[in-house]
Amino acid sequence: MTVLGGRPAGLTSLHFDDELDPRARLVVVGNGMAGARLVEEVLERGGAEQFRITVIGDEPHGNYNRIMLSPVLAGESHEDDIVLNSHDWYADNGVHLRAGVRAERIDTAAKTVLGSDGSITPYDHLVLATGSYSFIPPMAGVRTADGDLLPGVYGFRTIDETRALLEATGRCRKAVVMGGGLLGLEAARALQGHGLQVDLVHAMPYLMNMQLDAEAGAILKRSVEALGITVHCDVLATDVLATEVLGTERVGGVVLKDGRRLDADLLVVAAGVRPNSDVAVRSGLEVERGIVVDDQLRTDDPDVYAIGECAQHRGSVYGLVAPAWEHAKVLADVLTGADPDAEYHGSRTATKLKVAGVDVATMGVNTPERDDDEFLVISEPRRGVHLSVVIRDDVLVGATLLGDTRKVAFLTQAFDRGAPLPEERIRLLVDLSDGSGSSEGREPRVAEMPADSQVCNCNGVSKGDICGAVAGGCGSVGAVMDATRAGKGCGSCKRLVEQIVEWAADGDLADDPAASYYVPGIPLAKPELMAAIREQDLRSVSAVFAALAPGGKEDAKSKMGLTSLLKMLWGVDFVPEKDGEFINDRVHANIQRDGTFSVVPQMKGGVTTPAQLRRIAEVAEKYEVPMVKVTGGQRIDLLGVRKEDLPAVWDDLGMPSGYAYGKSFRTVKTCVGSDFCRFGLGDSTQLGIDLETRFQGIESPAKMKLAVVGCPRNCAEAYVKDVGVVAVGNGTWEVYVGGAAGATVRKGDLLATVDSPQEVLRLTGRFLQYYRENANWLERTYDFVPRVGLGRIRSVLLEDSEGIVAQLDANMQRSVDAYTDPWGQDGKEPATPGQFRRSLPLVALPEVPVR
Amino acid sequence: MSATTRLRHLEAARPTTPGTDPGSPAGEVRTPGPAPLLRGEAYAVGRVEEVPPGEGRAFVAGGVPVAVFRLRDGSLHATQAACPHAGGPLADGQTDVDVLVCPLHLYAYRWTDGASTSGAAPVRVYPVRDSAGEILVEV
Repeated sequence: MTVLGGRPAGLTSLHFDDELDPRARLVVVGNGMAGARLVEEVLERGGAEQFRITVIGDEPHGNYNRIMLSPVLAGESHEDDIVLNSHDWYADNGVHLRAGVRAERIDTAAKTVLGSDGSITPYDHLVLATGSYSFIPPMAGVRTADGDLLPGVYGFRTIDETRALLEATGRCRKAVVMGGGLLGLEAARALQGHGLQVDLVHAMPYLMNMQLDAEAGAILKRSVEALGITVHCDVLATDVLATEVLGTERVGGVVLKDGRRLDADLLVVAAGVRPNSDVAVRSGLEVERGIVVDDQLRTDDPDVYAIGECAQHRGSVYGLVAPAWEHAKVLADVLTGADPDAEYHGSRTATKLKVAGVDVATMGVNTPERDDDEFLVISEPRRGVHLSVVIRDDVLVGATLLGDTRKVAFLTQAFDRGAPLPEERIRLLVDLSDGSGSSEGREPRVAEMPADSQVCNCNGVSKGDICGAVAGGCGSVGAVMDATRAGKGCGSCKRLVEQIVEWAADGDLADDPAASYYVPGIPLAKPELMAAIREQDLRSVSAVFAALAPGGKEDAKSKMGLTSLLKMLWGVDFVPEKDGEFINDRVHANIQRDGTFSVVPQMKGGVTTPAQLRRIAEVAEKYEVPMVKVTGGQRIDLLGVRKEDLPAVWDDLGMPSGYAYGKSFRTVKTCVGSDFCRFGLGDSTQLGIDLETRFQGIESPAKMKLAVVGCPRNCAEAYVKDVGVVAVGNGTWEVYVGGAAGATVRKGDLLATVDSPQEVLRLTGRFLQYYRENANWLERTYDFVPRVGLGRIRSVLLEDSEGIVAQLDANMQRSVDAYTDPWGQDGKEPATPGQFRRSLPLVALPEVPVR
Repeated sequence: MSATTRLRHLEAARPTTPGTDPGSPAGEVRTPGPAPLLRGEAYAVGRVEEVPPGEGRAFVAGGVPVAVFRLRDGSLHATQAACPHAGGPLADGQTDVDVLVCPLHLYAYRWTDGASTSGAAPVRVYPVRDSAGEILVEV
């Protein structure tokens, strides 16, 4: 027999003389995925210096990926491809592997392991990672007289069984697979692929009953039957229980309880697994369903531990690899002392797999358990799609996705981290688009994207680049974004980047605590950061770094966000520091690609005068402005102004700044409203001017663009603005929030309908202040509103459910009072020496053609 | 672009703001004590107080445009003036004790060796020091 992951004959490894080795003896019983992972984790923590490690495994092979046995059986993978740790690996790492030896008993008093080969292995620390075995249900005739399985009957658990099955497919024609769980379905699919006629017998009401609910199970059954596999399962489950195996020399078929007889020359039993706890039982350790362990994976013997599928922790025995890996991490921390207090508190299990060609993802519970659990189901039997979620107290506690797993990345995150859920629950399962032009509903499937397809158009990053970064060791979305710059341009691809990273890491993703920080350099989320700033009276960016950053260390990429936050919190009491500002804010203009700037004077509501236009024209000529352009925000942009000319340009314009460069209140677009338009229902122009007058220059987490229209014809596009106001007649106005028409297109949500322009001003101020205080840095309202939920925003702002409305109004008033025109301010006297000095000496600017 | 506009913009290349004149060689500058061995030629480009704490300003050292930064810890750093990625004005960037961030596309470069934190081409760093209030840049 070929040993999987074996070494060429004749090679031996050198070992220390046991007597002279001062290291403690760590013995691992079980060379499966849990045992080998533990050894890896121990070595990763420098454990080779502390321990001489012996691994005892009853399979003769190296360690292989048991999850991949199905593709091997299906002929899709070669067995060499599933080797995780070859014999060489053990030798190279100084680990003594005793493959092909079964641990028979442990003498916990003498601290030795007795092997099936008669060997006695002493230990200081012993880890049981014996895994589980295929459960063979009691059936007459399934075993021969001496207790072996009848020839032609196989479990499906090890590489040897897989090899035997592969070999049998050559000469068998009709197979019965017992068990309609994951393993049974995989086996049935693989055998059918080899040309066998397959009957699947499942003694339960529906397929995959451990993971799916009845409806989903029924849909899966149809999908499986469509493949040509005959499925026998029944509501009266006991009817299809196989009671007897036919045949004396070889298997000839099975008889079901209802008397039906299924002929077969191959019988695969995949009716579940049971923990391998015999050795623990024989050794006097506490065993219930599995080997009982505490939060440090310790059995009732202080030097014996158990991990993986053989362990029972807080009443749970897991049959998945993820918990086993968590066990290995915790135990490695404990054993090596890397974290002697490390504890394991159970796993939230989420699985995503392709079973018999059908995508399945499940997590948590699959049906509602309490009266007030929310349960949302989308069932499309004809397409083989069944999706459901269970929500309890606004938290996702379970999800089942069958046939369509596009939303699995988001759901896994919501499930693992308790992330906030969209108000409209249906968005958990399907992408809804508000406008017909939205591309959201056609989100590309990550797995099917070619590696060279561009993901981040701003920075030219492909799917392959992102996968490369993950393979290169980036363990979080943030790390990948830093390394590749993906998602760091306009940000519209961030979701897709996240999905690709999650797909590429295949669930092995570190929690990125930095994802919740307001800015990367201060380890606090926005509410905690605001509280600390107030409490410690921190009024400048440098004071915040000194008090709150790890080691007091400043961080360039955090400065802009902190400046914005401090301005919002302190108003006139903010202590400005020029180096805390982005260049745009330092010189009150928007930097262009050649290092020149764009100058946009304020033009409230998009209304101007001949005198203003004359001055703008004169300035454009005097300073050789290469381009004069009307902006999307109904203003006039002077592009290509040299930095050193900025103060003189402002002086000659004699107009206030239009704030076209900041993360701040930008403009209010208006239509001509009731004064001129024959359809106008309200004076939108005046209301737009009033809004801009009140909120001009107010800094915010991201830019705020508004519009007011005089009727629902929406000529100034109010439906797609951060705040959009629409006159609907009889003096009433609708106020929409969270709209967007940029990289993302979203129609705003109707916040309220109010009776007067004064009410519009008041409500707009309240909403903007709530957004300023609660949105993450650079989070636009079109992300903020759905994240918080329109219902919550309404109840806070309209019903004052949190009792903060008066405070919001007061805080906004303070910001309004703190407004000064920056052009009037720095124009006369530079804020710092050389504020407007050119930064590219010897380069003739502008570098763009004059139109 | 017409020939006349090109001419007009060449005219604008002459410095219009004090302090951006090309620097003078450091030969006339007295340095207290033995100066460390300099590899390139050192130029006095301006006074330290011309660079506000935490900010950067551009100078010309012996015909080479450089960006000089004074961090809040008092240390001086000098790099090429234009970002190697797309020519952005690095003196307008933001800084911390580890990196300089270009204002155009937020590429970050380490002070220690000029390497980009995201694998882009590195920026050139120049030795710079404070000599009795004069900024000396070696190019």
